[in-house]
Amino acid sequence: MDIYLPIAEMSVNAAVIVALGLVVGFLSGMFGVGGGFLTTPLLIFYGIPPAIAVASAATQVTGASVSGAANHYRAGGVDVKMGLVMVGGGLIGTAAGSVLFRRLQALGQIDVVIALAYVLLLGTVGLLMLRESVGAIRQIRRGAPPPRPARRHHPLVAGLPFRMRFPRSGLYISPLAPFLVGAGVGVLTIIMGVGGGFILVPAMLYLLGMAAGVVVGTSLFQIVFVTAVATLLHAFQSQTVDIVLAALLLVGGVVGAQLGARAAQRLSPERLRLALALLVLAVALRLLVGLALTPSELYSIETALA
Amino acid sequence: MSWLLALLLLLGALPARAAEPTLVADLSQSRIDISYRFAGEELLVFGAIQYPGGRLPAEAPGIAIVIRGPAEPLTVRQKGRVLGIWMNREAVRFESAPGFYAVATSAPISQLLDERNAAIYEIGLSFLQLSPATAVDPETSRRFQDGLLALRRRAGLFVEQPYGVRITADVLYRARIPIPSAVPVGDYRAEIYLIRDGRVRARATAPIIIDKTGFEREVWLFAHNSSIAYGLLAVGLAVGTGLVAGVGFGRRA
Repeated sequence: MDIYLPIAEMSVNAAVIVALGLVVGFLSGMFGVGGGFLTTPLLIFYGIPPAIAVASAATQVTGASVSGAANHYRAGGVDVKMGLVMVGGGLIGTAAGSVLFRRLQALGQIDVVIALAYVLLLGTVGLLMLRESVGAIRQIRRGAPPPRPARRHHPLVAGLPFRMRFPRSGLYISPLAPFLVGAGVGVLTIIMGVGGGFILVPAMLYLLGMAAGVVVGTSLFQIVFVTAVATLLHAFQSQTVDIVLAALLLVGGVVGAQLGARAAQRLSPERLRLALALLVLAVALRLLVGLALTPSELYSIETALA
Repeated sequence: MSWLLALLLLLGALPARAAEPTLVADLSQSRIDISYRFAGEELLVFGAIQYPGGRLPAEAPGIAIVIRGPAEPLTVRQKGRVLGIWMNREAVRFESAPGFYAVATSAPISQLLDERNAAIYEIGLSFLQLSPATAVDPETSRRFQDGLLALRRRAGLFVEQPYGVRITADVLYRARIPIPSAVPVGDYRAEIYLIRDGRVRARATAPIIIDKTGFEREVWLFAHNSSIAYGLLAVGLAVGTGLVAGVGFGRRA
């Protein structure tokens, strides 16, 4: 069934968009990430203008993350103090990111920057996760207990001033570190339409050294707020949020997320991380190929409105 | 003085006009509404040629029908390879490019009109005057213009139908112009030209309005007029959907 998108100004097949939301939602529920890193490239591939894809994907990530965040909050899996510091950073990051976004758009380089950012980030994170999960699976095969990650924050973090106590996370560190992590992810949210869970979770685990029990909940907490602010910024500054597109994605996304969460309970965490690593690497590789191959369209049109 | 000039022109034109045929034109619809089910439309342009004294000419005339959308400035960018990566390098800005342009003719344009006349009336994609604003040599601006034409043709926004006009009994003409779903909204114009011996002998125009209607229009206006409320609504929708799904699935489990 074709539906006309009022902001994107084109008609799309509603069933395809709902199915896309369902698949992304399933994967995001399974792996505990927002799924924006899949939604944005897939929407652009479908023909949605990049600026609208990024903005509407951010809206979908809010919906995909909110029920997870609520569940974790009830179960005590959110370090609210840490989360608020990161949200604070995230707000600065989104504001700075939107300035950068418009500057790059004016230069005509926003598309290549989005693609390069995806390749670099997804490639790096994917490789790290692949190495870690393969190592863990091998250890388990050999009969050894799964190694507990060293709970120690990075030396760089230890050197920062104004230390504070974060009892839930079991940390006594400078709030500057989570603030900067939040800000960095905020920039990614506004430019790439991602929640940034795939960066946040490893950063919180390995950089900040947070207690594993509050990592996913706190990252979802930050993602809900920062993607909501990103939606507001996009809606206010460039009117690029297509509410019909977002609604279609949400319908599929939230259902898929619940199904994915069920499916995840049947798999071991190591295997889940391995599968996510392979998925992330596949997306990075696809985008890299897209950057390197001679494009089918050498020319592109930019109107004043877009 | 200007009234005198006008009178002279009128006097000079009258005998010539009397000898020329005139055009009657109509459209299947003068307004195209974009609603949520809009997936493109087909516009029928039709009409009749009225010959002075009702005498048919020995040689059949040609008809060209142009549908022109609102013009806007745009930038065309060309990708080039930098360090193994394809990215935008050169750019040319055009001051006025129609968002939609379709031309249907009863015969290929080159058989109907010479280049000079085709350029005067902008009949044919290659005769569009896009007014390049970037200081580049004509060759480069031509190259970018060709790139623009190719992109818009593939998107169905620029259409050229060399035998798109059917003329019946040398009097009735009609053409079907496909309007794609990605068509820009705004004020359009249908121009119908009667061509003989390589020159335009008569013309008629008709306005067309393409606009969003109902829900689509309300959403667009809402997003642009009260963008903060719109953003809050989008966030509320996302949070609400997420929570409802969480609760719904939670209970069933």
